[in-house]
Amino acid sequence: MPPAGHDVVLQMIGIEKRFGPVQALRGVDLDVRRGEVHALVGENGAGKSTLMKILSGALVADAGEMRLDDARYAPADPLDARRRGVAMIYQELSLAPHLTVAENIVLGREPGRMGVVDRRAMQAAVARALAWIDDEDLRPDVPVATLAPGARQLVEVARALAGDARVVVMDEPTSSLSGRETARLFAVIERLRARGVGIVYISHFLEEVRRVAQRYTVLRDGRTVDTRDVPVDDSDEAFVPRVIEAMAGRSLDAAYPRVAHTAGEVVLAIEDLAGVRRPTSATLALRRGEIVGIAGLVGAGRTEMLRALFGLDPVRSGRVRLGARTRSGATPHERLAEGMGLLSEDRAGEGLAQGLSIADNVTLSRPPARLGLISRRERQRVTMAQAGRLALRYRDAGQAVRELSGGNQQKVAIARLLHHDVDVLLVDEPTRGIDVATKAEIYRLLGELAANGKAILFVSSYLPELLGVCDRIAVMTRGRLGPARPVGEWTEAALLEAATVGAA
Amino acid sequence: MPAISRSLSRVAGPVMGLAGVVVLFAVLRPETFLSVYNLQTIAAQTVIVGLGAIGMTFVIVSGGIDLSAGSAIALSSVVTALALREGAAPSAAMAGGAAAGLALGILNGVLITRLRLAPFIVTLGTMGMARGFAKYLAEEQKIDAPAAWLTAIMAKSPSPEWLLVAPGTWAMAIVAAMMAFVLGRTVFGIHTYAIGSSEATARLCGVRVPRTKIIIYALAGFFAGLAGVMQFARITVGDPTTAIGKELDIIAAVVIGGTSLSGGTGGIGGSLVGAFFMSVLANGCTLTGVPNYVQEIVIGAIIVAAVAIDRLRQPLEAGS
Repeated sequence: MPPAGHDVVLQMIGIEKRFGPVQALRGVDLDVRRGEVHALVGENGAGKSTLMKILSGALVADAGEMRLDDARYAPADPLDARRRGVAMIYQELSLAPHLTVAENIVLGREPGRMGVVDRRAMQAAVARALAWIDDEDLRPDVPVATLAPGARQLVEVARALAGDARVVVMDEPTSSLSGRETARLFAVIERLRARGVGIVYISHFLEEVRRVAQRYTVLRDGRTVDTRDVPVDDSDEAFVPRVIEAMAGRSLDAAYPRVAHTAGEVVLAIEDLAGVRRPTSATLALRRGEIVGIAGLVGAGRTEMLRALFGLDPVRSGRVRLGARTRSGATPHERLAEGMGLLSEDRAGEGLAQGLSIADNVTLSRPPARLGLISRRERQRVTMAQAGRLALRYRDAGQAVRELSGGNQQKVAIARLLHHDVDVLLVDEPTRGIDVATKAEIYRLLGELAANGKAILFVSSYLPELLGVCDRIAVMTRGRLGPARPVGEWTEAALLEAATVGAA
Repeated sequence: MPAISRSLSRVAGPVMGLAGVVVLFAVLRPETFLSVYNLQTIAAQTVIVGLGAIGMTFVIVSGGIDLSAGSAIALSSVVTALALREGAAPSAAMAGGAAAGLALGILNGVLITRLRLAPFIVTLGTMGMARGFAKYLAEEQKIDAPAAWLTAIMAKSPSPEWLLVAPGTWAMAIVAAMMAFVLGRTVFGIHTYAIGSSEATARLCGVRVPRTKIIIYALAGFFAGLAGVMQFARITVGDPTTAIGKELDIIAAVVIGGTSLSGGTGGIGGSLVGAFFMSVLANGCTLTGVPNYVQEIVIGAIIVAAVAIDRLRQPLEAGS
């Protein structure tokens, strides 16, 4: 690493981070200059969020070094990071809705003495911060709860400014903003740049990156793969393809065992399905013996579509035909009875009851019972049979699920669907946070299920596995599901483009 | 069987605690504490908290709480007394008292699930409502009623003598065994654990969460109602101001018995051990002349200790 020029405000060098068996960051370099918007791009799971959590003090790196204005920077916690001048603008807004704009701006660092707030100093600090924002909608004495999402975002920015931020991190800042609000945010960003603040800008929308950023860094599999200037010339059409290629990078490897299967009759027909917020419109026909993948960005509405189908979230409009029956809404109880099952993306919070035993979790949706009385022997038998089929590593069937590794927990969640013997499987990010060997087992299992005439809807943010496992793939962009095309017509670049070019 | 050894290890702590206080008072006051009459007294004194703890265990295992149990006991004792005074048969009066508790429990369950309110808030509200309603029914007075054979239920020295302890104690033990079976071995029981462990998971697995919760609170109300009948049998008046704060004793018995307030674990057996623990402690303190306030301090400290042990045990289990 060459010595930092005097215009570099933040340097991250060789950052590494491991979560159990998963190496999330394998040596990331990033440098941000004063008065620069530096875009951080990469696929879901490339390590962007982890890197920013390390920068903001929420996580501690296993290896690597950070320098802020050429001084060693190792924040103990997020508050320490804020004191040093590194501020995060979160995707999920982190404001106290009942407090006023002013109170939120100084929250946690109220000027005062011995616990008594110095209101005059507070007002001065707030006025200074709001002057930078320069927005007439933002009055210091209104409760944050009454503001629109865009205005709330500006309050977060003002909070960062009141802390004399030298580096501001914005994580997908426009994802919940209207066009007008986005333009206003960009104007504020320009003023921050003029003041010499360095901005790390995370976005999936490459057109937006080109518009707002001066340089960009691409992360892939926890590594920095490319850092370049954003072309000044607006007509540089090579920009988007080049970034997408850097993001995707790898080729389809042999990690996707395929089991031959053929599609039969349609078992699930979705017509113009809409949820409360997302999806806005989804139409799809799923056949027996078929695996259909759903690609898209985080927040595009893929999980929400599965949840609405399964009855966990309300359906606003549209129709769903499952087997012979058509209706719009249903409860999970009814869906399970009709032969549909959902593998939740939230394994720890929803997919499994962590404190209950393996046997209870496997049989929870259909306990082996007669007249309401559970047969322990039968429960033991079916649990061991499923555990054997999935090569589960466990001590005994009465062991609590929380004692298992992530991959083995996922096998328990899958075992429940197998035990219930559902015909239609909705699987949401089934391989997230799971080691490579178990991933391959899950791919093989999905193939076997399809060969046995099951229908599978497969949501994933990991494009190679969608391309390696699915028969057809549809892309969801901001709540709208595109047509499902045969996998042969897709490439990673094409999927990324379809997902990102619904842009801001 | 590992599953059995685990459930034993969960009850082991409370059982050792109970054995500890029994030995302590047996050593301090051998002739009075271990007398037949005193042991019979303890057995009878445990019935009311014990019955309440059976229903409360379902509620707490499901991740909820029922603060209205004390008021349910008072309401039930008033209803039982009124029915007897109006000439109802004792068995019908008993059924009436239990039904009053059941109705309150159903109300709790419906409010919690339909309004999606926290059980703490709902039962805090119905605690006051049931207490007030009991006072209205009793016209703010104690109701004397011909107790007939109901008094025999809670007689410390039972007849026939071979029963050894009050019929009410036996009834509690039998009902507890039945309910332990329901909680441990039925689909309803596993649904109760699942809701307490993770409501989202229960929903995902097709558990009809609202329906199950209503049944859970109905059960808790029913057993509180039954405890109210026993309360009437013990004091032979229907008293709308009785059992104030009793819900806290009941919750304490459940928690001391090893059921986690965060839900998902626990059992009826432990709760009964907890109920006996509380009455032995109260009885022993009286015999040894320890003032009431010391008793209160000790019981409070034990509750905190029981919950702290529960908290310490959790990461231990997770790590093993």
